[in-house]
Amino acid sequence: MRDATPTRIVGTPALRKEGFGKVTGAARYIDDIVLPGMWHGATVRSSIARGAIKDIRFGAGINWDEFVIVTAKDIPGANCIPLIVDNDQPVLAEARVNHPEEPVVLLAHPDKARLHEAVVAVEIDYDPLPALFTIEESERQQTIVWGEDNVIKYFLVEKGDVDSAWQHAAHIVSGEYRTGAQEQLYIENNGVIAEWSETDGLIIRGSMQCPYYVHKALLRVFDLPAEKVRVIQAETGGAFGGKEDYPSLIAAHAGLLALKAGHPVKIIYDREEDLAATTKRHPSRTRYRTAVDKDGHLLAMDIQVDLDGGAYATVSPTVLSRATIHSAGPYLCENIRVRSHAWATNVPPHGAFRGFGSPQTIFGIERHMDQIAKAVGISPEEVRRRNFLAQGNATATGQLIRDPIDLRGMMDRALKVSDYHAKRARFARENATSSAIKHGMGIASFMHGAGFTGSGERYLNSLVGLEADASGHLTVLVSSTEFGQGTNTMLSQVVAEALGLSCEDVSIAQPDTNRVPNSGPTVASRTTMIVGRLVHDAALALAGILREKNLLSEEFSADEFRAACAAYTAQFGALRSEARYQPPKDIFWDDAKYQGDAYPAFAWAVYVAEVAVDTRTYAAEVVNFYTVQEVGRVMNPVLAAGQIEGGVAQGVGYALYEKVVWKDGRMSNNQMTNYIMPTAADVPNIEVYFEEMPCEHGPYGAKGLGELPHDGPAPAILNAIQDAAGISFTSIPLLPEDIFLRMAEAPEPECLETVGSAKGPE
Amino acid sequence: MSAAKIQLSEIRFKVNGVERSATVPPMKRLLDVLREDFELTGVKEGCGEGECGSCSVLLDGVLVNSCLVPALQASGCEVLTVEGLATNGALAHIQRTFLELGGTQCGICTPGMMLAAESLLRKNPHPDLDAIREGLAGNLCRCTGYMRIIDAVKSAIQEPILAADLAPEETVHK
Repeated sequence: MRDATPTRIVGTPALRKEGFGKVTGAARYIDDIVLPGMWHGATVRSSIARGAIKDIRFGAGINWDEFVIVTAKDIPGANCIPLIVDNDQPVLAEARVNHPEEPVVLLAHPDKARLHEAVVAVEIDYDPLPALFTIEESERQQTIVWGEDNVIKYFLVEKGDVDSAWQHAAHIVSGEYRTGAQEQLYIENNGVIAEWSETDGLIIRGSMQCPYYVHKALLRVFDLPAEKVRVIQAETGGAFGGKEDYPSLIAAHAGLLALKAGHPVKIIYDREEDLAATTKRHPSRTRYRTAVDKDGHLLAMDIQVDLDGGAYATVSPTVLSRATIHSAGPYLCENIRVRSHAWATNVPPHGAFRGFGSPQTIFGIERHMDQIAKAVGISPEEVRRRNFLAQGNATATGQLIRDPIDLRGMMDRALKVSDYHAKRARFARENATSSAIKHGMGIASFMHGAGFTGSGERYLNSLVGLEADASGHLTVLVSSTEFGQGTNTMLSQVVAEALGLSCEDVSIAQPDTNRVPNSGPTVASRTTMIVGRLVHDAALALAGILREKNLLSEEFSADEFRAACAAYTAQFGALRSEARYQPPKDIFWDDAKYQGDAYPAFAWAVYVAEVAVDTRTYAAEVVNFYTVQEVGRVMNPVLAAGQIEGGVAQGVGYALYEKVVWKDGRMSNNQMTNYIMPTAADVPNIEVYFEEMPCEHGPYGAKGLGELPHDGPAPAILNAIQDAAGISFTSIPLLPEDIFLRMAEAPEPECLETVGSAKGPE
Repeated sequence: MSAAKIQLSEIRFKVNGVERSATVPPMKRLLDVLREDFELTGVKEGCGEGECGSCSVLLDGVLVNSCLVPALQASGCEVLTVEGLATNGALAHIQRTFLELGGTQCGICTPGMMLAAESLLRKNPHPDLDAIREGLAGNLCRCTGYMRIIDAVKSAIQEPILAADLAPEETVHK
């Protein structure tokens, strides 16, 4: 059943629910909150990448009696942050450190200004151990820094028979592609406030995506029953994955200080600490070896995906999973093998960032498709057209595409709105004859799976609640958080639509584990499709409760609904409904073989980048960026377009600006002065076009769209740079100095092999 | 160096149209005086080094990063923060266009960004696209990709900006 019924509120640009507070400055972020008697906390971190802790000394010149000092010995429960791999990442390093900036000692003082000198005065002596800083160093396995082999996670996905396919190839094309670390760079740094009391236990307020992740972590760290830990999300100033798992660690730190100090303790990272110590996007290396026929059809794909996971597992297993599943792109190929590894190194753990592994492998496959086009002698758009997945095809994991899919139509539209053919022809003419500035056009086509991978949503088993008061005003009870994406507004629209009300009749409860059920983490492009659907079901269930009592008829007006709520609450008390996730019947996933329906639905996209490369300054600039995407039903056109534009801007930064400079495992450019993100003067003109093909899994046909726009820009931009400058760059970020080196150097490395070679990628 | 040894100065200035004073170390950042002494927490800290613009305020009508301004330097000046944009609870035009056109997402850059827009429109009531992009380039936004912020500023050009710094008192923030 496809829900394409006309709607009153869904699909309209309803105003951002919490927008008034944001434009007046009244919105309260964590650093805006001051509790009575509150102290401030700070973290003493490791200065080396790996080693045994010999001694911790508290230096002269500080009156240490004024400070509360916490080390690993003060932890009442387990010294670990449980997420995917248990007993891995400690709350505080005790015997040894495994990465620079690892937390070792915590300090608290009533006066924030006194903390810096105290942090500097703590001296930690180490016996250094050999450390690993790159995928290459880790995969050599000469030094083992994690587990038995440095492998945090390994996947093998197999479809068909890759090894037999090479002999039929007209062309074999190989390539290696690399992506760097990327900082989420939310403008609000990480921060929490912890309070402790014997009666209430531990209360955490903070900037975060996933209150129940924090809740789960603290139960273990403090050895407390569930009712003695309460986690409340404050207004959150951007997250992008960077506040998915890290807040659990900071919350534990603040909680330990609060417990020992007997005062509430606030920890707010400054920018330098946040950049140096917290998670970033996993650096990657992807290797593609592909067999194609003389017309450019994919016959076989042998793919290696390698991620740098950093010192602890954290979310690397699931990031690798998404990277693996997206690595074959939106293409049909009967013979695919993907071998993927997340490698441990001695850098701070890499973590979640919008796209969650997909931007890395989409970069690889979409750069590679252009190399195939070149080898075959067809255009980049044509090689994609000839290989696009269609309804009824199976993906790399054997997932049958049941929904209609219109990649060819989207390609046509993207080429049309970007005036691709005319511009490309003109640029080719002009680039040949003239000017220091070369122009080019590049394409990327891709998909992004909505919801948790594989069986994830079954395990999450999400629950939502909806309450109505006597006046008929509704409150949505979810742990799904707002951090800019529009969660609050979208959920209000769903409820208002379902019950014939207006958005003003709906409130969203502040995410507080004492008040809201666990609707799962706010990640994985799942909130609209999964949680939105549950909230829709809860709204229908609430109307059902009123009907059961004969207070509401099948069709009803807003006034009749309000009267029914008044009558119900007068007679029966609180009016509340719930909805729990029900796995779709036709979705099947085999965790052992990594086969089946990886995601309930995919969003699809074709992006076109128009670039200018200045051959005097070696600067590449994105002039125009055209996006066509199919995301199911668009719930709110203003918020949806804002998500796409924001994701594209981050993708432009990923491709051309944002370089994490590493020195012995530590980010050395940990300031906004020298880690550069795009400004209003740098972003291209971004055009957003939606195709709407309602999806049965989401409310009113919606799918997820939040991560999609980060997947495509980088390869589209580098494909355009190849079109402009005639050089195939294979690594991002691509800075002017990188372009200079290649332009000054030799021609591009050859990616064509001798036809018939049967060797897989090394 | 302990806090007790620092000489405190009484610093007076007009904040959002109201005479205020604070007795603080003279080198205390204007950002901290506004946030801590006056509880004007709409002024945000993003980087502490003048790169992100989240702490932007107008100082005698000039857009400044309040994290780089010592309180002493603001002595005798008029300061406009986001809390001074609305008048008696009615949103200023720039606030309405940001709200309606999607110019705010997570909201943390919004106060500074609106003040940058306000500053731009006071200097140049009819900026073209390049002037808008340049005028906002000192304020970082990680959510929007700036398109909708630029739209909000374009839309604000259509109507005169309220003389919000003449607002009689703080109206919104409590």
